[in-house]
Amino acid sequence: MGMRALFGLLLAAAMTLAAGAAQAHPHVWITATSELLYAADGSITGVRHAWTFDDMFSAYAVQGLESKTKGAYTREELGTLAQTNVESLKEYAYFTFARADGKKERFNEPVDYFLDYKDTVLTLHFTLPLKNPVKPKQLVLEVFDRSYFIDFQMAKDNPVKLVGAPAGCQMKLDRPSDGSATAQKLNEQTFLNGENSNFGMMFANKITVDCP
Amino acid sequence: MRGLLACAAALLVVSVADAALHDLLAQNPFGAPRPAQAAEPEASGVIGWLLAKQSEFYRQMSATIRAAKSDGSAVWTLLFISFAYGIFHAAGPGHGKAVIASFLVANRETARRGIALSFASALMQSLVAILIVGISAWVLNATAKTMCKAEGAIEIASYGLIALFGLRLVWVKGRTFIRALQAVQPVPAIAGVPHDHHDHGHHHHHHDAHDHHDHDHGHDHHHHDHGHAHAHHHHAHDHVHDEHCGHSHGPTPSELAGPGGWRRGFAAILTVGIRPCSGAILVLVFALAQGLFWAGIAATLLMGLGTAITVAAIAVVAVSAKDIAARLSAGRDGGGALFMRGIEFGAAALVLLFGAGLLFGYIAAERTTCF
Repeated sequence: MGMRALFGLLLAAAMTLAAGAAQAHPHVWITATSELLYAADGSITGVRHAWTFDDMFSAYAVQGLESKTKGAYTREELGTLAQTNVESLKEYAYFTFARADGKKERFNEPVDYFLDYKDTVLTLHFTLPLKNPVKPKQLVLEVFDRSYFIDFQMAKDNPVKLVGAPAGCQMKLDRPSDGSATAQKLNEQTFLNGENSNFGMMFANKITVDCP
Repeated sequence: MRGLLACAAALLVVSVADAALHDLLAQNPFGAPRPAQAAEPEASGVIGWLLAKQSEFYRQMSATIRAAKSDGSAVWTLLFISFAYGIFHAAGPGHGKAVIASFLVANRETARRGIALSFASALMQSLVAILIVGISAWVLNATAKTMCKAEGAIEIASYGLIALFGLRLVWVKGRTFIRALQAVQPVPAIAGVPHDHHDHGHHHHHHDAHDHHDHDHGHDHHHHDHGHAHAHHHHAHDHVHDEHCGHSHGPTPSELAGPGGWRRGFAAILTVGIRPCSGAILVLVFALAQGLFWAGIAATLLMGLGTAITVAAIAVVAVSAKDIAARLSAGRDGGGALFMRGIEFGAAALVLLFGAGLLFGYIAAERTTCF
């Protein structure tokens, strides 16, 4: 084995380690439903999410919270937690990324937020108003966590609703798992490409709405 | 080479065990429901498979803990899942696998020490997780917000420690590397005699685990006859040796066994082990909420054991690869010693890079998300 081959071997080992350091696997699972909110003039004003956490994270989140009835939490009792949730979500851009005709759109801070606790799981409801309502031909909304600490899956039934959309608007949902053209395939190469920060993008849920 | 073979064998055993586990879970009424296949991310290849596996095991944990509330025998399933999760999870991010491997290579540690370090740091990780949850959730009944903040602070501290640790390694190894570079520079050649194979003498302690290579001290005075079929005829380079390598070229076997060596190892254990695994914390809090804190503790310890096995396997591979490199490069005229010092320096730099990358968020691995 020549020096070069040796070097190659070591480089490969180093890359494997580096790649290992770069991937995460989710610790939190969210089942999401999203509503796209339309104004009377047909422009999109915001998104209303309902995110249901897995039971392990739900138990973690309610740890130490006081409640009148053991094992049950009212909306009021969960008020502070809901506030903490939406405030902390800001740092992660609410895991919601919108593009109107290819242009990135921003969101204002969430409104109408609350948590409910049912069947041992928490659901976070909140509305994200768009900074500027838009009326694009095509709106793309992606929901995912870049670092893949959280795994987002759109609900099986009625994952996306268009509320008050003009007639003729078509919605398409690409799930990360359905193997459609837009969902990138994962393989070793993808992991070694070094796009660590966008790792979670491969697990993005992509909602596309085309309006005439 | 033996290390590589052993590792390949270990991987094989793991895959067979995994298949067996699947059958077991399929039959065990307390095994958690298997996630629907459609829910798996579209992932192919070994890494994708690892990701899918660990998610699968992790998700089975909560259902198994619930089952354990009414049926004690589900605890065995829980322990088995935790162990399997640990094995797969450690192949992912965190757990100081990269840090430990780089540290071992940089410091010319033995495979045996690598295994010991892996187990000690995994045990410490488990204990830290148990302590955090035990004190904050169980004793103080703190909220998730408080706990997550504590976790985040420990995380930052641990990344800082890795960076500091790397900085120190880079400093030490950088100096050795520069010295090796200077040694290769045309120090006015004594009748064209290359100056670097005196360095064979310094590799002896890598071979601790390889008893077939018994070329201990003193061989640098003679012509070596153990495999380097090169025509280096006896040069009297003892003085060169002292001058260039002096005291800064890593520990001798006796130093490693001594208290000093373990103190350095302890720094590595602390650096890697101080950061608890988020998964373990979630499992512990969940178990606590179910009134089965002890089951959470047992699961955490088993997870740690699984983690240790994977990290140890990777550490052994890293050390073996470096040993092979050392042996091959030792047989070369010129550059051999420099090459090894370069690898050690590179490994040291890697530790620093990991630390800095994690600290400043360039490596998005396992940053605790509080919300």
